[in-house]
Amino acid sequence: MPERRFRVWRGDARGGGFQEYAVEVDPGMVVLDVIHRIQARQANDLAVRWNCKAGKCGSCSMEINGRPRLGCMTRMNMFGADEVITVQPLKTFPVVKDLVTDVAWNYERNKRIPPFKPRPRGADGQHRMMQNDVDRVQEFRKCIECFLCQDVCHVLRDHDRKDAFVGPRFMIRLASLEMHPLDAADRIPAVRAEFGSGLCNITRCCTEVCPEHIGITDNGIIPLKERVVDRYYDPIQWLARRIFGRGGEH
Amino acid sequence: MVNVSELLTYEHDVLVVGAGGAGLRAAIECSAQGLSTGVVCKSLLGKAHTVMAEGGLAAALGNVDARDNWKIHFRDTMRGGKFLNQWRMAELHAREAPDRVRELEEWGAVFDRTRDGLISQRNFGGHRYPRLAHVGDRTGLEIIRTLQDYGIHRGFQVYMECTGLDLMTDGGRIAGLLAYFRETGRFALFKAKAVILATGGAGKAWRVTSNSWEYTGDGYGMAYEAGAELMDMEFTQFHPTGMVWPPSVRGILVTEGVRGDGGILTNNKRERFMFNYIPEKFAAETAATEEEANRWLTGDSTARRPPELLTRDVVARAITREVNEGRGTPHGGVYLDIASRRPADFIRKKLPSMYHQFKELAEVDITREPMEVGPTLHYFMGGVRVDPDTQETTVPGLFAAGECAAGLHGANRLGGNSLSDLVVFGRLAGVGAARYVRALPAAPRVPDEQAATAIRRATDILNRESGTNPYLIQEDLQNIMGRNVGIVRSDDELKTALREMERLKAEAARVKANGAAQYNPGWHAALDLRPLLITAEAVTRAALERQESRGGHTRVDYPDERAEWLKANIVVRKGRDGMETRRHERPAPPKELADIAYAKIEDLEAAIART
Repeated sequence: MPERRFRVWRGDARGGGFQEYAVEVDPGMVVLDVIHRIQARQANDLAVRWNCKAGKCGSCSMEINGRPRLGCMTRMNMFGADEVITVQPLKTFPVVKDLVTDVAWNYERNKRIPPFKPRPRGADGQHRMMQNDVDRVQEFRKCIECFLCQDVCHVLRDHDRKDAFVGPRFMIRLASLEMHPLDAADRIPAVRAEFGSGLCNITRCCTEVCPEHIGITDNGIIPLKERVVDRYYDPIQWLARRIFGRGGEH
Repeated sequence: MVNVSELLTYEHDVLVVGAGGAGLRAAIECSAQGLSTGVVCKSLLGKAHTVMAEGGLAAALGNVDARDNWKIHFRDTMRGGKFLNQWRMAELHAREAPDRVRELEEWGAVFDRTRDGLISQRNFGGHRYPRLAHVGDRTGLEIIRTLQDYGIHRGFQVYMECTGLDLMTDGGRIAGLLAYFRETGRFALFKAKAVILATGGAGKAWRVTSNSWEYTGDGYGMAYEAGAELMDMEFTQFHPTGMVWPPSVRGILVTEGVRGDGGILTNNKRERFMFNYIPEKFAAETAATEEEANRWLTGDSTARRPPELLTRDVVARAITREVNEGRGTPHGGVYLDIASRRPADFIRKKLPSMYHQFKELAEVDITREPMEVGPTLHYFMGGVRVDPDTQETTVPGLFAAGECAAGLHGANRLGGNSLSDLVVFGRLAGVGAARYVRALPAAPRVPDEQAATAIRRATDILNRESGTNPYLIQEDLQNIMGRNVGIVRSDDELKTALREMERLKAEAARVKANGAAQYNPGWHAALDLRPLLITAEAVTRAALERQESRGGHTRVDYPDERAEWLKANIVVRKGRDGMETRRHERPAPPKELADIAYAKIEDLEAAIART
């Protein structure tokens, strides 16, 4: 078995640093397998969050050679034979221990999003939606909440504006609700104010790291921004609001 | 020494353990009934094992084929379970599943649609009609996210990354749960009038499994220690199609939806071998030739279903035999081929996760080449024995739902009946617990000594000077179960497994975890050993007891179903000198249900059409 060199960040909220491990790697292994091997043989207490190991739960988010990735979907054979592999926790969230970060902020934000509000069923007791009307919403609902998009978002990562911007993950959740054919709630005022759609400057880094290949920016955030613009900056709508008092902020 | 008065303490009417589909649905119900409700979950919210479910949830909505009806779903479930199911649970499940699916839609779930804009339904093994409401092959994610995003507005408290260690009882009644928070390593005492276990199964006792690290039988272990009974534990479902290559992904699930959408199984001679394994009982409802099976795929309603869609136990055994007799693939599986059956864009649309999973983990493009697949331990039909209507266990105040509970599936579960199980019985467990709590005269008290004992048991693992590596014990157990308690079992192998488990129990008593309590996976792995070993022993003892082959339990020394064994379920409980097994006699089924289950399908359908 070839031996590979890993640099894994070890530490907690008080600080830490990289530790080197030499590990045997079998064919077909992913980075998470290697972390588990280190855990089982060399460092029983190495903390890593994971569940499904099949790219479905979004638990094992980490930064591998500087890029946010799922450990379970990063194959070892994508690295050069002698490449040292550096693994560290997501930078945007506070470290709990080793590769585990505190992502509670995301759960708190999600709670503030006004929930789905269905319109009444048809006379036959059914909800009818055409497949091509739900394709887009289904694309957004593929999200596995790995928070890689949140990690890479400049507004959250570099400017630490968690107070003002909800991040790509929740922009597409908002988009999935706003575009849901059965939904009767209006979240556009909140998208603009509380959730800070204006702060996204469309660098598309979030789209690039999404393991589900969701068109976060083009299909989700930009259409939301357009709805905000139509509502607040379209002079005809603005006038109508002035005269009839419709669609204002409340 | 442990000072119980200084423990983190929380108080609720009902505490739900587990936040998969069953746990969340139970918590939603308890909150709706006005109870103070807490949910303890081992991982982050939304990551529970339900997220991995792929194919769909079974409910006789009749959207795709109007001939479907709860009675046919009920009949399919009983036949799939080889008639060892709890009749009442199979009835409740078939009757209530359609309402639960519509409810998910009402809460925001976006299922795939029919041409008329209704919830679409797909074919699956053992289901007579297209019955599975689905979202591509990520239905579990849709369900968990729907319940999560609806649930967070319902007022229950969620305690994430918190693991239950021991149930607390007061004079035989449930009084709460002692748990620990992974993030800090701190213990917490949850005082509760009722506890609902929704902790899923225990696939991690095997090496090749579709289950994640969480699936260590926590609910089985805690219920057993508290005096509850486990039932049907010998019935473990090996899903026929898990990945076999590369080794690091061996066992990861390949949805039955591949076969439901037309995929076929072939051996290394490219023979479609399932035609050689059609059980007599299903012959009348299964295609006899490839030509007929191909007509079924094109939507010909006079053609019968292809044999790839026989129940999972049948398909898993057939694959095992093909491989054992030298007709397997290079990596010890068989071929699952959808590439030659459906156009590439259809495959990518209906099976997107499978497409990705194979492309990214195995470098196989399933729109161009066949997959290599083999059986993987997937599901526990057995679990905690509950009352069919209330989901209450034999311990007052303790409830169980979902995979953690026994009864709905009998000897074998049909694909798609698990997700519907979660929402049907999750809700009923909530109703049952609420009724229990209201009738309770006084709140139970947790005896200090019980909490202190549980904490000592856990901290000893850290405080010991030296001891065995927990990962090695778990690996050892997985190998023992894989070798001796697999798809095909024998008296000799089962006894070997029991002997080996005695050795492991002794080692587990000396297990040592290094480091501190905070987010320490080694310590966690050590704590998982007790429920894993209880579960493994229960499966093995029940398998030894049942001297026949039925559903998910196959004995090489008793190769056939035997009528006398239909009269009893095997029940396991903690006795004075270790684990005891007994046969629990099955009462005669209500005539109305027996008439449906045993009816000839033509007669039943004619009767339904008349009403």
